[in-house]
Formats: sequence, C-alpha cells, structure tokens
Amino acid sequence: MTPSRRILITGLASAHGGRLAQLLERHAQLETLIGIDTDDPRHELQRTEFVRVGADGTLLRRIIRAARIDTIVDTRLSADPPSPSARRAHELNVAGTRSVLAAAGGRDSSVRKVVFKSSAVYYGAERDDPAFFTEEMPRSHSPRGPIEQTVVQAEEALAAFAAENPHTTVTVLRAASEVGGESRTAHTALLGLPVVPTILGFDPRWQFVHEDDVIGALAHAALHQLPGAYNVAGDGVLALSEVVSLLGKPLMPVLPPWGTVFAGAQLRRVGLRVPVELLRELRHGRGLDNRRLKSAGYALRYTSREAVLKLRAQQRLRPLLGRGDDRYRYEREVEEFLRWSPSVQQRRAPGIASDAVSGDGVPNAGAFEALTEAELLEIIPSLESGALQRLRDHELSGAARRPVLDEIEHQLALRSSLTDR
Amino acid sequence: MPDHPPEDPGAAPTTELVPAAARTEVQGLAGDGLPGLEPERDVTDWGRSARVSAVVDASLIDFLYHYWFRVEAEGLDNVPARGGALLIANRAGALRLDAPMIMRAVREEHGAARAVHVAAPSSAVSRPGIGMLATKLGAVSAHPANLHRLLLDEEQLVLAFPEASAPGVKPLRSRYRLRPFDALPFVEIAIRAGAPIVPVALVGSEEATPALGSLLPIGPLRARTRLSAGLPLPAKFRLRFLQPVRTDEIDKAPSTDRGRPAELVTEIRGLIQENLLEMVAERRSVWLG
Repeated sequence: MTPSRRILITGLASAHGGRLAQLLERHAQLETLIGIDTDDPRHELQRTEFVRVGADGTLLRRIIRAARIDTIVDTRLSADPPSPSARRAHELNVAGTRSVLAAAGGRDSSVRKVVFKSSAVYYGAERDDPAFFTEEMPRSHSPRGPIEQTVVQAEEALAAFAAENPHTTVTVLRAASEVGGESRTAHTALLGLPVVPTILGFDPRWQFVHEDDVIGALAHAALHQLPGAYNVAGDGVLALSEVVSLLGKPLMPVLPPWGTVFAGAQLRRVGLRVPVELLRELRHGRGLDNRRLKSAGYALRYTSREAVLKLRAQQRLRPLLGRGDDRYRYEREVEEFLRWSPSVQQRRAPGIASDAVSGDGVPNAGAFEALTEAELLEIIPSLESGALQRLRDHELSGAARRPVLDEIEHQLALRSSLTDR
Repeated sequence: MPDHPPEDPGAAPTTELVPAAARTEVQGLAGDGLPGLEPERDVTDWGRSARVSAVVDASLIDFLYHYWFRVEAEGLDNVPARGGALLIANRAGALRLDAPMIMRAVREEHGAARAVHVAAPSSAVSRPGIGMLATKLGAVSAHPANLHRLLLDEEQLVLAFPEASAPGVKPLRSRYRLRPFDALPFVEIAIRAGAPIVPVALVGSEEATPALGSLLPIGPLRARTRLSAGLPLPAKFRLRFLQPVRTDEIDKAPSTDRGRPAELVTEIRGLIQENLLEMVAERRSVWLG
C-alpha cells in the first residue's frame, strides 16, 4: 500500500476540516492538500488549496481527476446539530456523502483511501443496548430519529462503496459526543444552560471525546491504513450527574420520564430545540469501546472526564473572551496573491520552521533565504541532517522548488543508508 | 467479481465495514487497552457509585445483613480470589434483597473482599428511579456483551438469578423447589469467557419476602401479583457457595458441542436444588435458623 500523498479534505470551513488541514500541512511527505467547502475557511492555512464548490459537488470529480487525489477525508457529517433540521441533515449527511463517494469511485479513479467522520449516533440509544458498543455489533433496531437515520444511510453508502472498490481502504470513525473544541453541538448547548435539565429518575451514562482527538484520529487514519470502522471516544463513561457536577452546575430532573415527546416539548419552552437522539441519550446514555482505535496505533490524549473539564474551562472563559472579533477572515484574492504571485519575495514563515530554533549553533533555516537555487544545490551536500531537515521544511512551506527538494531527499537517504551500514 | 485471495490482509475486500481478521484482533486484546479507573472519579464506567454504595451499605444493608436476616455464609473459598467468575443463585420472594445479601457476604467474609456485579434484566435497570439506584449499587444490564466484558476482559464477579425470569409467581407451598432455570445465556457466555461458575444456594428469602400472589389461594391473582406482602420478615438467611464448575476445558466453539451448555445448566440446577433441600432439612426453625 503506497502511503498517502495527495489529500482532499471536505468541509474545510468547519472546525474539523480546517484544523485537520492545519495538522496535515506539517507533514512534509504530503505533496498536495486540497480543501473544499461551500463556505470560506475560518482557519489560517499555509499550503492547503481551497476550492469553493457548490452544494451539489459536481465539480468534485474533476478536481479529484485533475489533481490525482489518492486520499479523501470527509468531515462534513453533522450528527449533533444544535438546531436540528431533518431536511438539512439529509442533504448534508446522505446526499453529500453519496456525491463524494460517487466522485471518488470509478474504474480509473486515483483514490486509494477514503476516511469518513461518522458518529456514535449510528448505534442509537436503546434500553436493551450493551453498555459498551464495539464496532462489529449489528444494529438491533431501526433508526429512531431523523439524524440517526441519515447517519445509518451514510454508513450504508460507505459499505456499498467499500464493496465496489475492494482496493480502496475505507475508514469510518464513529466519534462520541464532541466537546472542548470550536463546534457547537446539541450536547454543548444543553450543558451550557445555567441549570441542566434531565429526565426524572434517570442518570444515563455519557461518553465524550475531545475535538482534538477526533481531528488527530482523522489525521492518523489519513496517514496510515485503518480499514473498517473505529470508535473514537475518550476513556471513561461518566454518569450525567457526574458530568453536571464537574461543570459546576445544578442538575434539575424535571423532564417527564414517559416518552420523549413531552420531554422535547418541555425543553422547547426553555428555547432549546434538541434532536430526538439527544432525548434518547438523556434517558439511556451510550458507551463506546475504543480499544480497536488504540490497537491501531492512535493514542487518545484526553479521557472523557478531561474533555468535560476542557468544556468547563471554555464555559468559564466565554463571557470573558466574547465572540473574538480578531478571528481569521479568509480573503481569497489576498491568499492567492501571497501564495502564487512571483512578486512576493518573502514567503510567510511556516509554523514548524519558526519554532525549530536551533540551539546547537547550526544556522536557522531563515539563513538560507538569501541564497539562490544554484547556490543551495551546491551547499546541500555539506550540510548535516538536522539542518537539511529544517531546510526541507522551509522549502516546502515556501517556494518548494523541485530540484532543491530532490537533492535534499537524496542526501538524507544517503546519510541514513550510511548509518544503517 | 474477483474471487482471488487478497495479497495484503489490510486490503481484503469487505462487504461489511469490519473485516473478520480485525474481529479476532480485538478479542485477542482482552484486558489490554481497557480504560483504568481515574482516581478522581467516584463512579465506575458501569455506573456504580462508590458514594451511594457506601451510604446504602452503612445504613440499610448493614442492618439487614447483621440484625434482620442474620446472614450466615459458608463455602466462600469457592469464590475465586482473582479472575472472573459467574455466580448463579436461586431466587425467590418478591423484594430483591437476595442480591445485596450475597454481594455483602462476598465483600465482607471473603478474604479478597471482591466487588460483585448483579446481572439484571434491562427492563429492571432502566426503570425510572429504582433502576437508577440499582445501577449505582452495582446492577448491570444482562446483555451478553456486557457479561462477556465483565467476565473475560475485566475479570469481575457477576451474580445472576436465572430463576427470576420464569413467568408468574411461585406459590408458597412449592418454595425451594426450583423452577426451570433460564440459565442458558449466562452459561454460554461463561463458557466463551472460560470463567468458572459458582452455584450459590440461598435459604431464607422465600419466607422472608413472600409474594402476595403466592399467599392468596385465588388462581388468577396468584399468577399476576408479584407485590411483596409488606416488609421483609426476619427469616434467617443461609448462603452456601458450592464448588465451582470449571468451563475452561470446554470447547469454546459452539458449533462443535451445542449440548454441553444445556448439560451444565441441568447440572448446576441439580446441585443447587440438592443443597437447598439439604439446608432446609438441617435448619431447626425458619426464623432462628
């Protein structure tokens, strides 16, 4: 299996897409990073190319063909929206996924890997469910709510795609309730109320995952081979009373225990329109078994409890920080000018090279700025490995001149073969 | 459709999302990768709360164990000190007090003071209020996956009452005559996990908490009423933990020996019945033992 080199990320404007692109940019072996979305990106990116597409995504196939994309990471799925709409969920989750897969499939397609961000909503929350869902457990009931239905349909489309394209690795990451990041979900909306309403007589078990871990798992899946489904959830399943006390809020068990309709009506009075799936979770809860992801080599950084503590920190800081007017705003013409115009002399200093300050006396990568290509090619054989790597990072984030990069790779390979011997 | 065997196991064609090779991989992980309990947490991943358990223990269970039922337990060496084991006990009476008594006996009188999880039907565990309390005290929904994880991966003790799922109410005159055991699912999981099965015979609960339906002679009422006839009466409880039945020699693959689990169920039921009758014959009085 050849490693991924040319990656396409959907949903670049979302927190997942944007931060994933920022993470993947730092990996030098990735030649191409392209992001698509219907909205402008909200994260500052160095070398990811953004292409704005329409909602139907017919351009996608052309982009994939033209750029010979070998890996697609689909981060668009919305399984926990704060204001649910069945129609929008269907559009985004089902129709959108189908069009992405249609663009990726085909006999002469260059796509060799598809990574899909799915959700634990796939499993549902029923009375007779096991306490910890493993990936191979079959669904025992039909989907209860509209969003669960769209997630199930999206996964069915992926299974069909995997069957039709046996040489393509299909990874499905089922993420538990996400907290601690930028995305607003129904869960964070409920837990953000000054008093958290729960269903009388029930203390469900809830499991969380930090957004950083979801993004890390997406990157891990993009860079390695992870065929099949994986649960992405932090260690530990907390009782809802535990969660609410960690957040420092009072718990109010006022929702009626009979049927979800009445509970939903009560919550609407508070101004909270929550999806049916959240109401079922308020009753039964859900736990995931994350051992398969761990055995695939990804180390989760936050446990469920730590993720909830991060949420608490966010809730405390929100009144102080406000909306943040100095957020990054994407301006297409400016970005394109900065990246492609030949009159730009100084490329933006990339993240990784700027913090690779050498303390061992070797000149920093910026020292090579002034040299021309010919001069660089001359001195490269005399540089030692650390400086070579720094130079390579610098080149990649800047001009990325092919002859220079090839020469660096050649020298590094030479050195490693010498040390091996 | 290509029928050639895959060159690379990682690229095996799959119709489902989880290839078969990966399934066995997870099973081989048993024990590894399990989340450890964070020391700041008071509640376990199953929902058991140390704080609530301590409060209920110190007040109600203490009183019932030492003064009301005056529980006497024997054979506690048969409960393994380490590793998972399935405890199967007879159950009768309406109020579910046998479970806390057995759990308390294992915790108090066993050398290793092990915690026990009670496998309860999911309808009981998700009842509003009572179900929540039961979960906090250590009840777990009796889903096969849950039991498998408890027995094999987490190596915990699980207590099951197979007699309870039989329909209707047992009339008082046929107390201590075991009804058909619905223990097959439990035994099958114990075999798959290779965990020993410890039969437990409990005498005293039938007289302590007679179901209302069992007292009334009227036919239709008897079948339906499971209500308790008031507070539990102070009958003396006797617990006997029997020799564990080992399951690790049994072939785990169910297709090769379907009859063995049923045989085991009959064996266990017979053992418990035998010991029940022996203990009932030995005792001098219902209330004093």
